[in-house]
Amino acid sequence: MTEENTIRAKDLTKVFNGSLVAVDHINFSVKQGEIFGFLGPNGAGKTTTINMLITVLKPTEGKASILGYDIVKQQNNVRYSIGVVPQEYTADEDLTGVENVLLCADLYGIPRSVSRKRSADLLELVELTKFKDKKVQTYSGGMRRRLELACGLINRPKVLFLDEPTLGLDVQTRAATWNYIKTLKKEFGMTLFMTTHYLEEADALCDRIAIIDHGKIIVVGSPGDLKESLGGDIITLSIEKNTDITELVKKINHVKDVRKEDGMYIIKSENGEVTAPLIIEALRKKGYVVTKLSLTKPTLNEVYLQYTGRSMRDAEESRETFFAQRATMRRARGH
Amino acid sequence: MSKNNLSKSKLHGLWALTNRELKKWYKTPVVFFLTLIQPIIWLGLLGNALNLGSLVGSSSFSFSPELISQLQLTPAQITGLQNFFSNIGDTILQGTFGTTSYISFMAVGMIAFTALFTTMFSGMSVVWDRRLGFLNKVLSTPVSRAVIILSKVLSATLRSMFQASIILLIAVPLGFQFGDAFTPINILGVFAFLFLTCMGLSSLFIAINIRSTRMETPMAVMNLLNLPLTFASSAFFPIDQMPGWLQAVAKVNPLSYTMNGMRQLLINPIIDYSQLALQYAYVGIFAAILTTIGIVLSWRFLNK
Repeated sequence: MTEENTIRAKDLTKVFNGSLVAVDHINFSVKQGEIFGFLGPNGAGKTTTINMLITVLKPTEGKASILGYDIVKQQNNVRYSIGVVPQEYTADEDLTGVENVLLCADLYGIPRSVSRKRSADLLELVELTKFKDKKVQTYSGGMRRRLELACGLINRPKVLFLDEPTLGLDVQTRAATWNYIKTLKKEFGMTLFMTTHYLEEADALCDRIAIIDHGKIIVVGSPGDLKESLGGDIITLSIEKNTDITELVKKINHVKDVRKEDGMYIIKSENGEVTAPLIIEALRKKGYVVTKLSLTKPTLNEVYLQYTGRSMRDAEESRETFFAQRATMRRARGH
Repeated sequence: MSKNNLSKSKLHGLWALTNRELKKWYKTPVVFFLTLIQPIIWLGLLGNALNLGSLVGSSSFSFSPELISQLQLTPAQITGLQNFFSNIGDTILQGTFGTTSYISFMAVGMIAFTALFTTMFSGMSVVWDRRLGFLNKVLSTPVSRAVIILSKVLSATLRSMFQASIILLIAVPLGFQFGDAFTPINILGVFAFLFLTCMGLSSLFIAINIRSTRMETPMAVMNLLNLPLTFASSAFFPIDQMPGWLQAVAKVNPLSYTMNGMRQLLINPIIDYSQLALQYAYVGIFAAILTTIGIVLSWRFLNK
């Protein structure tokens, strides 16, 4: 139990129907008390990884352990130690909020005497006390998500798994849900493992993230480190004349890299705020007029672009395509 | 932390999951009301429309005065003949259906029929549980896989038993006649038949459905099974009156055994105990085999 790494995965692999490689020999570890995020587009293998860790799917190859318990050999130990908040709304529409939470408690064999108090506390925590006796079919998306959170916490888990915790929520509700997650983590001091395909979410919540694409982990690190690894800020500018100024800019202080793309110069630099005026000045001296300039602090999108070679937003498609994709994936993996 | 948790009974969560299914039914007024209305429609409409008894059984028969004077019958002879003709229908009904009341015959068929439908729909709810992610959530909890399946079976069984009681209660004012051999204890025997039948059927349907992610496949399978199971059984008509090939099917159909067994307990004038034992044995073996197969197949699927 004095395992330093709460979650450990070694060459974890899942192949569906003998050919569809959903998760491909991934290795990672999650430290006790951190929020670890799996970031990647839909179909990258995030949910499959979670399903293996929560003992719903058996890995085809490789190993993983939670709190030192093997996810295949010690399934029951794993199940008692974890809480799961699935991406779907799994609460029963025909039952009330409190009935749903009590049902979850029963699934862990928690006696009514304990679960009554605990469910009341959890519903209070997610601010659903007022609606606890209403049927779930009257709940909004945000309320349902909070109810799922309450259900996932009923067994006081040491590790909480959140699969796309804000999928399909509007921006405001999403931010509110982030706050709940942060509060819960503080309150219970749990280790959190979450998946998301929202860059902002990974940035706002996670202590460390793993970028996953096509079933493989591409890079692991804290959002800050990953952004840092890009080499600083990005200055985008264009000039009046159609001459190549790449070499000229490269000589300027702090500038690390210059690329030309669609007539725009994309300049990587530390301390962008300081470098930008220097660049304008240097160009003006040579007789070039800067027509446009923008300065961006690197976001996870740039990180994503750097490591996967494509923009996260390109990987994202419309909601309809997304649901169609998800249905296809689910059929392929029989889940 | 998990030491005392792990010593929990292997069956924990069974009642919680069963009750979830039952609540979806009795806490939804419309659904509950419809389950009560359904047997009334079956019995009231179908029982009367298909009332084969009315074709052969005439409750009163009388000679015209002209006929009496022509045949020069004494009043005693008239009464005798009248009784004879009046009873022909009843005799035929008694011989064919084992009771003089067709609606009683059919009501028992309805009970088994309702059990078939209830278990079918309960099997289909597995598909929803999968699609909505509920199944995955339950799978991540320490509930035994067998309990997940047993809870479905149990809820369907309990519902069927409740509905059977309702059908009987409704059938009585509609003309249901208990047989001479009936005692209230026999109701327990009827429940035993239903319990075994529902266990078997519901395990079968769950094993069929748990593998599909879409509603269409189970619907098609259910429709395919539904008609032969219903009509190649003694639900509407006794087996020995059927054409030979249909008899062959009906004689292996477990529903026939359930229905005939329940008829013995409820409406027949005398109970043939050797037959009854055979019927229990048949339904019992059917239940044991299908429940085992169902649980093994589902278990395998849930543990992949």
